[in-house]
Amino acid sequence: MILLTHYLILSALLFVIGVGGIMINRRNLVVLLMCIELMLLAVNTNLVAFSHYLNDLNGEVLVFFILTVAAAESAIGLALIVALYRNRGTIEVDKLDSLKG
Amino acid sequence: MGLILQQTVFYAFSAILLFSAAMVVLSINPVRAVLFLVLAFFCACILWMLLQAEFLALVLIFVYIGAVMTLFLFVIMMLNLDIGPPRKGWLPYLPLAVLVLGLFIIAAVSALKPEYFDPDVYQVVTQPENYSNTKALGAVLYTEYVYPFELAAVLLLVAIISAICLAFRGKRPGGKAQRISEQLVVRRKDRVSLINMPSEKK
Repeated sequence: MILLTHYLILSALLFVIGVGGIMINRRNLVVLLMCIELMLLAVNTNLVAFSHYLNDLNGEVLVFFILTVAAAESAIGLALIVALYRNRGTIEVDKLDSLKG
Repeated sequence: MGLILQQTVFYAFSAILLFSAAMVVLSINPVRAVLFLVLAFFCACILWMLLQAEFLALVLIFVYIGAVMTLFLFVIMMLNLDIGPPRKGWLPYLPLAVLVLGLFIIAAVSALKPEYFDPDVYQVVTQPENYSNTKALGAVLYTEYVYPFELAAVLLLVAIISAICLAFRGKRPGGKAQRISEQLVVRRKDRVSLINMPSEKK
């Protein structure tokens, strides 16, 4: 029997992998975007699981909108990365320090 | 039998999902990372199928694997990224990462105890045989959520325009482009000339 807890633990682990990837990745902005996609996937899995186990379709509708927003976000993010690469010649996270942050 | 099959599918694809997610984070070559991300999305799609969210599972394949991941691959291949061994720059961040993630895992484990999610309360409802997930989702989406739905469409339009604006570098000199105003003022006498010539003998 697969319980709701199984799905919740799975997506928690997936989310942790995504957050950890953002923390240790210093090399490539594109990989950073991919880690964000992983975290979104974890959240969506949570929502779908709750929607299934509570028999409530609103969770799936929310996932639908999250997918829309995530697609827009990654398209704009990739366009920003391309523009950045044209101006700076690199997308390495550590070298993007013109704001001295 | 059905339950055992379901469990097998769940555990197998969860394992592949976690493995490929870890490989997304750890692999040095970004192209390989994108391909592992595709694998992760595919496994997630199978798991969503297990949760009887067929429409969203297929949307995940079409939209994510079909469009967004292809976009990632294009961008990575367009940019001339140097692939080398990772520098040691991430080591100072490791203790912080381990601390934060440890706290997160502790919080998750304490919040996700099975007794909080009583299996008797969170029961799976068996749907009738001709139940269509897509139809049910559409019935909610086009009535109750119609304004958010239209807003999402506008949001996608804004995303298209902004992505084009960000990537557009202006017209390059010497580029070939249509000049529609000049095309419209052209008359027949500018283009067609009739020539008198004698017919040729064979």
